[in-house]
Amino acid sequence: MGKKKEKKEINEKVDVEAVEIEDDTWWWLTHKGIGATFLCISVFALLVRVAVSLHPYSGAGSPPKFGDYEAQRHWMEITLNLPVLEWYRNSTGNDLSYWGLDYPPLTAYQSYFHGLFLRFFDPDSVSLFTSRGYETYVGLETTDEYNCISLGLTVAAIAAILSQRELLASCLFTLALSHKQMSVYYAPAFFSHLLGKCLRRKNPIHGVAKLGLTVLGTFTVVWWPYLHSTDALLGVLSRLAPFERGIYEDYVANFWCTSSVIIKWKRLFSVHSLKFISLTATVLTCLPSMVQQVMAPSSRGFLYGLLNSSFAFYLFSFQVHEKSILLPLLPASLLALEERRPFKWLMFYGLFSMFPLLCRDKLVLPYFALHALFMLLYHAPCGHGGRPRNARPNNTKFDYFDSFKTFMNGFIYLSSFILHIVYLTMHPPEKFPYLFEAIIMLICFYQFALLAFYTNVKQWSLLEHSTTEEEKKLI
Amino acid sequence: MESSSSTPQLLWFFAIAACVKLLLIPAYYSTDFEVHRHWLALTHSLPLSNWYADETSPWTLDYPPFFACFERFLSIFAHYIDPQIVDLHNGLNYRANSAIYFLRISVILSDLWLLYGVYRLTKNADVKRRYLIWVLIVWSPALVIVDHLHFQYNGFLLGWLLLSISFLQEGKDLMGGFLFAVLLCFKHLFAVAAPVYFVYLLRHYCWKGLVRGFSRLSVLGAVVVAVFAAAYGPFLYHGQIQQVFNRMFPFGRGLCHAYWAPNFWVFYIILDKVFSFFLKKFGFSIQIPAASFTGGLVGDSSPFAVLPKISPSTTLIMVLLALSPCFIKAWTNPQPRMVARWIAYAYTCGFLFGWHVHEKASLHFVIPLAIVAVQSLEDAKHYFMLSIVSCYSLFPLLYEAQEYPIKVLLLLLHSILMWLGFSTKFTRASAPNTTVTAKKKGAQSKSIESSSPAAEKGGFTIGWVGKSYLLGLLLVEIWGQFLHPYLLGDKFPFVPLMLISTYCAFGIMYSWIWQLRCIISTA
Repeated sequence: MGKKKEKKEINEKVDVEAVEIEDDTWWWLTHKGIGATFLCISVFALLVRVAVSLHPYSGAGSPPKFGDYEAQRHWMEITLNLPVLEWYRNSTGNDLSYWGLDYPPLTAYQSYFHGLFLRFFDPDSVSLFTSRGYETYVGLETTDEYNCISLGLTVAAIAAILSQRELLASCLFTLALSHKQMSVYYAPAFFSHLLGKCLRRKNPIHGVAKLGLTVLGTFTVVWWPYLHSTDALLGVLSRLAPFERGIYEDYVANFWCTSSVIIKWKRLFSVHSLKFISLTATVLTCLPSMVQQVMAPSSRGFLYGLLNSSFAFYLFSFQVHEKSILLPLLPASLLALEERRPFKWLMFYGLFSMFPLLCRDKLVLPYFALHALFMLLYHAPCGHGGRPRNARPNNTKFDYFDSFKTFMNGFIYLSSFILHIVYLTMHPPEKFPYLFEAIIMLICFYQFALLAFYTNVKQWSLLEHSTTEEEKKLI
Repeated sequence: MESSSSTPQLLWFFAIAACVKLLLIPAYYSTDFEVHRHWLALTHSLPLSNWYADETSPWTLDYPPFFACFERFLSIFAHYIDPQIVDLHNGLNYRANSAIYFLRISVILSDLWLLYGVYRLTKNADVKRRYLIWVLIVWSPALVIVDHLHFQYNGFLLGWLLLSISFLQEGKDLMGGFLFAVLLCFKHLFAVAAPVYFVYLLRHYCWKGLVRGFSRLSVLGAVVVAVFAAAYGPFLYHGQIQQVFNRMFPFGRGLCHAYWAPNFWVFYIILDKVFSFFLKKFGFSIQIPAASFTGGLVGDSSPFAVLPKISPSTTLIMVLLALSPCFIKAWTNPQPRMVARWIAYAYTCGFLFGWHVHEKASLHFVIPLAIVAVQSLEDAKHYFMLSIVSCYSLFPLLYEAQEYPIKVLLLLLHSILMWLGFSTKFTRASAPNTTVTAKKKGAQSKSIESSSPAAEKGGFTIGWVGKSYLLGLLLVEIWGQFLHPYLLGDKFPFVPLMLISTYCAFGIMYSWIWQLRCIISTA
């Protein structure tokens, strides 16, 4: 469920931007002002979501563990029937191996309220123990909206940053972080941007202290039930970071999984040293963009920073899930107006990297329909034929191998298109049952790494740009 | 203007709609799905002479021969996809994914014919008008509900009608007549407009002096006869023609469908109930007939307690009477630009006064009216109301909880799009002093709109009557969905549906009167 949700979340943003771009032929959609346009787009996005929710959700009707949806339902059951302290603890009433709660407290509170709501309509569905695998429509609808909340909080935080309200931003981001720990992907960008801004103030320590207090305060409020003993807190934290699952799962297009074709990480190193290695690698990849933000915090740089840090986490952090590619997609869609082509690129491969996952969940049809929908919206008929206004906006650096690049791009697009078909129609050789997944992963990793490199370069070129401008001003 | 480049844009509109329709594939479908699947099997497995004689399933073939041929054509592909779809006996009630995907996608693809009709109609229109018509027809929520959820091939059939209208508008009467004859051999319910076609073609095409007129009449007659001969000839040859007509015109159906279409007869039934109620109060002994309308059982006996029984011929006379102003206009002043209005009006009359009308038949006039909806502000206002009402009257088709948000969102989205489109179009038309370039920027045009009172006066607004009517629609929906089950529980389960059809009948009646007035008043 979550994957689709987030993907559509992104789709919605695409809509916004697609419409904004096409003011030539689509001005009749926008002439009533942003309110009407937004209403129109959100109704459309909602329609698409509802339509997708008709399709099977992950793990539908497959006991004993069912799937994400069952997990959400189970959490309602847990939070409703057990005291707060027991939520994250393995006990007679709470078997953590059966979809134990593994998101931060805010999600748990939310489950609690949804549970209250659901109990009002459908008491059977939340009674402890007896209700496992209970599948009804009401439940399905109410457990639909979760991933959007933390993403929504993040977007709100970004908006707050862009409108220069740092305190609000840090508060909102802390909330997002306590809703889904995945938001940590954005943390370096927030941290470095805010730090960079504070350092430019007259009184840097005061600014840092204020922000720090805000963050700590918010954390305290959200995590209150668990703060009275270190034991409880650590218990929660260990649920949130399930290191026992290994450095990678399935075939996710990040560095560890891709390089494991050659280097068997899991065999060579212990979990503990792997933790350390992945942490170092992640921090190292984040570092350039963080340094840039600390040196010259700017709104655009911040967006690039978000993109870069989430890329870094996706590529190098521990235990990444396929759907995490949605996290880089969020800042990318915010940057979509500037970076049209890379955005489409990222969208294409982001979706592609989730293709095996969605296939497993029998979502091939929605996958293609949504993919086509995105491409159609991207190439919406408009005055300038769907092309960027300045034909080559991003080739200032690399135009000497331009033709080579075009060729490579075309080749890779083509081969991934063929892979779609191959994946659906052919059986892999018995010796390598996951051959196609591995190829998809390789292609996607290559693309993501290229994009991450490109956006990093781009962010640093912003710095050069701004310093030259400043120098000009000084002169 | 830009006619050569409009095809990819139209295809884009279509593709967006197709994506949404693809997403809707797993949604609810009615028994019509099995009807069409069975017809695929029937036409695939049996020789032509047995098509209309077969009784393997209760869903016997009751469309005219061309539609049967269309099903035969589709069955070729269905056979390749999954032979069980077209298996006459083993395929009964076959619900595998292959069958659902094949049939759903066949509807989506057959919409290309509608698209071609729309393309032909709009290829000479200016860009703004063209886009609006596309939004109105290609993204029509009523078509999505009936074709892609409920399951029918209306888009394909309406494609023929639009094509025919497009030829008539260009003055190519013979081609228009030919296409209409073909349409009649696809679905005979479209015959309601045949008198209008007859009068118009006779006057506009044939009434050119004695010799020339007579030769034209014979050409037209020959074309129509040829079409019908191609359709029914084979069955005549096999001696099946009587059987074909028996199947196509099943008598013994009642005046109204189980769910009353929002037409004139709703008022008639309600009047009857009111009369019998009061007469009983005043001491008269009134026999309440057993065949009650509310139960959905409609038999031969008169369902009315007080008012006279309505026979099919009565409804026919009423339809023709309602059509007569249109005949007079078509005869005295046959203009190609009025054809779409007349045809739509004919279907409106058929819908309002016809025998055993389905609520789905409202598509027959709502879709053609989209062509004229962009012509003037008054048209736009009328169409806005009509489109919402007719789409809302289709809601009971999808009664399951799962589809509830879909139908609501479809209607809402289309209303917003219509409102945006119309208000832009007609603000622009009434504010000639604003330049084109300034208009292109959304924010700027907004400021222009608010700054010039002239623009606002002529702009697209629905008056308080319209607003309160739409608000009432909302109340009816809230009552039916939430308040009724909450307050009354399972008592009177027919009341919400009755409310919907009664309330929508007012809207359709208004549309009929409006169209009639419009037809009479044009010189």
